[in-house]
Amino acid sequence: MTWVLVTVMVVATALSDLLQSYEMKRAGEQSVGARGVARLLRTIVERRYLLLSIACLAFSFFAFMALVQSAPLSFAVPASAASFILETVLAKILLKEQIGVRRAAGSLLVLCGVVLLGR
Amino acid sequence: MPPSTRAIRTYLLLLLFLALRAFGNLCLAWGTKHLPEKLAADPLVYLRSMMDPFVALGIAMLIVALLARLALLSVADLSFVLPMTAIGYVLAALLGRFFLHEAVSPQRWLAVTLIFGGAALVSSTPQSTTSPMKDSK
Repeated sequence: MTWVLVTVMVVATALSDLLQSYEMKRAGEQSVGARGVARLLRTIVERRYLLLSIACLAFSFFAFMALVQSAPLSFAVPASAASFILETVLAKILLKEQIGVRRAAGSLLVLCGVVLLGR
Repeated sequence: MPPSTRAIRTYLLLLLFLALRAFGNLCLAWGTKHLPEKLAADPLVYLRSMMDPFVALGIAMLIVALLARLALLSVADLSFVLPMTAIGYVLAALLGRFFLHEAVSPQRWLAVTLIFGGAALVSSTPQSTTSPMKDSK
């Protein structure tokens, strides 16, 4: 059951992150002031992909809630990082972000740590 | 905006996001572990669990963290934001160890160190490699 929850969480998170980053880049820079937050909320309602992204996030979140209930926090949170490489690869392919050598090496190091954490 | 102001704002948003998410997760873990029923596929159980003050507080903190992250993603690449989020795993291990009294093995601490190294390496690369897309709206 633990791994079913981890799988649901990871796939939903990857989908959500991609949709979010894609749509927010299209929306342009956002600010953190009171007006910025109001504008941010309006952006969320106006953009379809953001709503879809939030639905994915909700799915991932409920899986995470069930996971932290039964598994230790120091397992559940690192396990969520399993989405890491999937997302980095998809960010390169779909969002056309450039992944440099240092960045790729750093990401791989993080992944090694995450695998070790999950064991 | 000058590049330095932009960088400072990016890192402030990152700090806000990490703190809210780490303590949000802690509240959520504390709350769900003390619930009378087990969370599964039943949506009603989730709704009832949100009546618990710790679960509710945790969710509120995570919602604000999500908003901070949305703002962060508008100024930085997903492949910059994601590796920096790795610091959150270190925070989770620390909070789990000290507040929830979880046993964290030496292997796990080694993993935490690896994650730190990776995150530090990635943070020395450019934050944004794509130019903002033209809005079609």
